[in-house]
Amino acid sequence: MSLHLNDVTLTYPDGDGRLTALDRVSMHVPEGSLTAVVGPSGSGKSSLLAVAATLITPDSGTVTVDGTTTAGMGRGALTELRRHKIGIVFQQPNLLPSLTAAEQLQVMAQLDGRSPGKARPRARELLDAVGLVDQADRRPHQLSGGQRQRVNIARALVNEPTVLLIDEPTSALDHERGAAVIDLITRLTHRQATATVLVTHDRAHLGAVDRIVEVQDGCLGAPRPGRLTAPRRPPGLPPPGSGPAQPRGPRAEVL
Amino acid sequence: MFVAWRDLRFAKGRFALMGTVIVLITLLVGLLSGLTAGLGQQNVSAITGLSADGIAFDEPGDGEDLSYSNSTVTRDQWRRWAEAPGVTGAEPLGIATTKATAGKASAGVSAFGVQPGSSLAPGGTRIGDDAAVLSTAAAEELGTRRGDTLSLAGHELTVSAVRGEASFSHTPVVYTSLRTWQRIAPPAAEKTDAPTATVVALRTDSGADVQAVDQQAGTRTVSRDDSLSAIGSYTSENGSLQLMRGFLFAISALVIGAFFTVWTIQRSGDVAVLKALGASTGNLLRDALGQAVVLLTGGTLIGTTLAAAVGAAVSGSAVPFSLTPATVLVPAAVMIALGALGAALSIRRITSVDPLTALGSAR
Repeated sequence: MSLHLNDVTLTYPDGDGRLTALDRVSMHVPEGSLTAVVGPSGSGKSSLLAVAATLITPDSGTVTVDGTTTAGMGRGALTELRRHKIGIVFQQPNLLPSLTAAEQLQVMAQLDGRSPGKARPRARELLDAVGLVDQADRRPHQLSGGQRQRVNIARALVNEPTVLLIDEPTSALDHERGAAVIDLITRLTHRQATATVLVTHDRAHLGAVDRIVEVQDGCLGAPRPGRLTAPRRPPGLPPPGSGPAQPRGPRAEVL
Repeated sequence: MFVAWRDLRFAKGRFALMGTVIVLITLLVGLLSGLTAGLGQQNVSAITGLSADGIAFDEPGDGEDLSYSNSTVTRDQWRRWAEAPGVTGAEPLGIATTKATAGKASAGVSAFGVQPGSSLAPGGTRIGDDAAVLSTAAAEELGTRRGDTLSLAGHELTVSAVRGEASFSHTPVVYTSLRTWQRIAPPAAEKTDAPTATVVALRTDSGADVQAVDQQAGTRTVSRDDSLSAIGSYTSENGSLQLMRGFLFAISALVIGAFFTVWTIQRSGDVAVLKALGASTGNLLRDALGQAVVLLTGGTLIGTTLAAAVGAAVSGSAVPFSLTPATVLVPAAVMIALGALGAALSIRRITSVDPLTALGSAR
């Protein structure tokens, strides 16, 4: 139940040559832990996330998701792996405009060949967890930016992924809402026991993460532990500990 | 169809606009189909109603096509067909367009000359040298009933019966005896043997060697349905209308394809997100095609219903509109099939949407 990147190298075409986006990156994120990947723009953060999400196949190295190594897998198998094992929280909420908040979550069941109607209780449960159960029947244009981002997070958790990949979740939010979102991600990571990777250039809200890793020119720096300060509770969320408690996983090990 | 249904409801303005276009095209196609069939019936119903499986024409000259208006068969040719093995029926049929008058009413009619008692004409037993059977349209145009008299190209005939809806080359049919028809028909001077009829209507079984008899008799035989192309007005008229109908089908497929191309481009961001979340391309294609088929079916159903209603309103009037399952349902099915093809070609681009674009995209 973890994410493992081993000696991953990724290059892009760049004129006559190739640009190295990731240079022999190795990283291990155990279940129930939150690792923040920080770095300046163009450092390779998004490439790291795309490789971990199986959206790009690296030039070399392996990606292992919950014990499954993706090397050699076909497009269909990767799609299925993504559907069952990986939750993605996009930088922009990327919600479908025609669906209500609850339906944004129910559609995940439909993608998996299950009845969206039967997935509604699960959708409401997750919306409740992110403090939006009262907004379940609202469409994206009727929600605030922070609310949309929380729906985005809840959607990523519908299929109970073992790996949660989060891309710049606070880039479009003000300081207070950004802090609330990071707090929510931290608590959900521990509660759902996911191996969570949070990519961000914003270091302001990283007090509660388990580990911070810096990317520079495609290379991973030495890991630093998070400060483990007590997270602030976002308005509308149940108090910490009110949900089923999950044991925290071991500290992230970056190889 | 989970997302597709919700898209249909959410973007109802756009889909209503496209649906209206489909309704109008279907209405136009439906009306044109009914009109084509109606005009076709006015041209050929007297031939398609013949109890014959083949029509023997006089062999046309080099480079000439078969033609009901040019063919004349002689008694000898008819006799050869009647005596040929495997031919169970060979009846001469004379066709001429002429003028009929009854009282002050007059009408252009097609005079069909048959042997008295022939199965080629409805009420054939009532036909004689001084008696004629009129189609309903002929009787209506001339204002005659059974027992009345009419003048057919100057020959006085008694109306012995009014039967059927036979029409040939847009004129109603008057059936009379072959001998009366021979007095009406224009002479064929080049024939050594006097003309007996225009064609010979044949009924054959598997033992008939049509090619051999054609060679012996100097005729050319085609099936009854193939002989329709020998009616000049039918070929040109039907060809033009079918061409218009074909263009309408092509236009509808293009319009629907263009709409779904734009729609797919507009929602390519959503598609990328769904792919990144784990949607298979097949799932997304099925969803998009299902949406197109729902729109097409709904629009076509409404358009077809309107066309049928208009057809029902005008049938029986001067407009030759044929309202049958073939003229209503077949165009609807073709509309849906071609529209779905156009949509399928346009939603193919779903396969090329890269889920990677969902990462870091601001939509």
